[in-house]
Amino acid sequence: MATATAGDSLPAVALDGVGRAYGERVALREVSFTLARGATVAVFGANGAGKTTLLRILAGLLRPHAGSARVLGAELPREAYRARGRIGLLGHDPMLYRDLTVRENLRFHGRLHGVDETRAETLVAQVGLAARADDPVRTLSRGMTQRAAICRAVLHAPELLLLDEPLANLDPGGAAAVAPLIGRAAGPARVLISHAAEQGLAEADDVLGLREGRVALWAPAAQVGLSDVRGLYA
Amino acid sequence: MRTTVAALIRKDLRLELRSFESVPAMLMFSVSTFVLFHFGLDRGALDGDLAAGVLWVTLLLAAVLGMNRLFVAEQEQGGFDGFLMAPVDRTALFVAKALVLFGYLAAVELVAVPAFVVLLLAPGAGQALPELLAVLVLADAGIAVVGTLIGALGVQTRARDLIVPLIALPLLVPVVIAAAEASAPLFAVAGADPFPGRWLLVLALYDAVFGLLAYAVFDYLLEE
Repeated sequence: MATATAGDSLPAVALDGVGRAYGERVALREVSFTLARGATVAVFGANGAGKTTLLRILAGLLRPHAGSARVLGAELPREAYRARGRIGLLGHDPMLYRDLTVRENLRFHGRLHGVDETRAETLVAQVGLAARADDPVRTLSRGMTQRAAICRAVLHAPELLLLDEPLANLDPGGAAAVAPLIGRAAGPARVLISHAAEQGLAEADDVLGLREGRVALWAPAAQVGLSDVRGLYA
Repeated sequence: MRTTVAALIRKDLRLELRSFESVPAMLMFSVSTFVLFHFGLDRGALDGDLAAGVLWVTLLLAAVLGMNRLFVAEQEQGGFDGFLMAPVDRTALFVAKALVLFGYLAAVELVAVPAFVVLLLAPGAGQALPELLAVLVLADAGIAVVGTLIGALGVQTRARDLIVPLIALPLLVPVVIAAAEASAPLFAVAGADPFPGRWLLVLALYDAVFGLLAYAVFDYLLEE
């Protein structure tokens, strides 16, 4: 479970001039923004704009090559260990072992995070997966796998949620079931990647638009229109 | 760390029991190789140095199959990311994987060594079972430690199947030499020759040196 630390008064995310390259290809250039605790930033951008790279840097899985990145008060990558166990990542990969059941996967991740087994049971029931909890993940539909992945991402009650199209593959019932876990009311700060402009804007306090790895838009969500978001994909 | 290691081992064993990707392949390879040697050498009875060499080269090559698969689930199914984001000692992954590979080797040897005795070993050879067990344990420990290190390195490359044997086999030459030298007297036909305990010491020293080395560098291998 996440525990309070001395850095709790600091923003959830504070990036200053962050850059990242893969060999010759620059994926992120001079990205700067701040995300307050409990707030949500919606990240928009076309494919290859650098959204996933940004998320993986925030998760501590990629080192920034330039600039300064602070997550939950921890300077990355030097103090990444301080943020471990306090961040929940829901990416394109569900991060679930396909040959293990949903319950086995959640218990495994629960043990890594020191979380009681009852937490997994509660989450599985909450997202409507109780009847399939003993089925291997490889036998689940995409929507069910996404529900299980959401359980995995919030299992340890993270202080920062990194969500990459969290409602992908979910039917309306599934989306409603996971809303208390990853929606605005869930509590943690959120970095939300979405291609659904309307939905993303409704969920966010701030909007970050990326184009070719650069910040093309940074504004409070209330001041951003659908056309501004669509312009990022032009 | 003990809880984390136990959770990782339990998870790996479950995955292996469901997929049967490593141990059956290692076992099939070992037994098939013994059959090939049986016919290829046109001798049904090996003893001494030759028997020891055949046994250890076969077991080492079978181990490479296990090394290749050791981290595949972590790489392909997001296990690395999940582990790296958890508040746990990263060395736990090394310890767990080395123990799992050691377990795979022991499981393979439970069948492969008797198969070797039946298919290739000369009658009357191989009477000193406790000594052979000691050699197997120490050699397996060395293979497991180096195999885990190289498996973690190889899985992050596109040419995993090539990289792992290319790096692991030269590093494991001392294990094969020491294990074969220690086993050869045990496979002598006219009763076991005096057991060269110094080769066991060589194996133990190898295990200790590479164990410490792996402990020191494994964390860096997990970095992007």
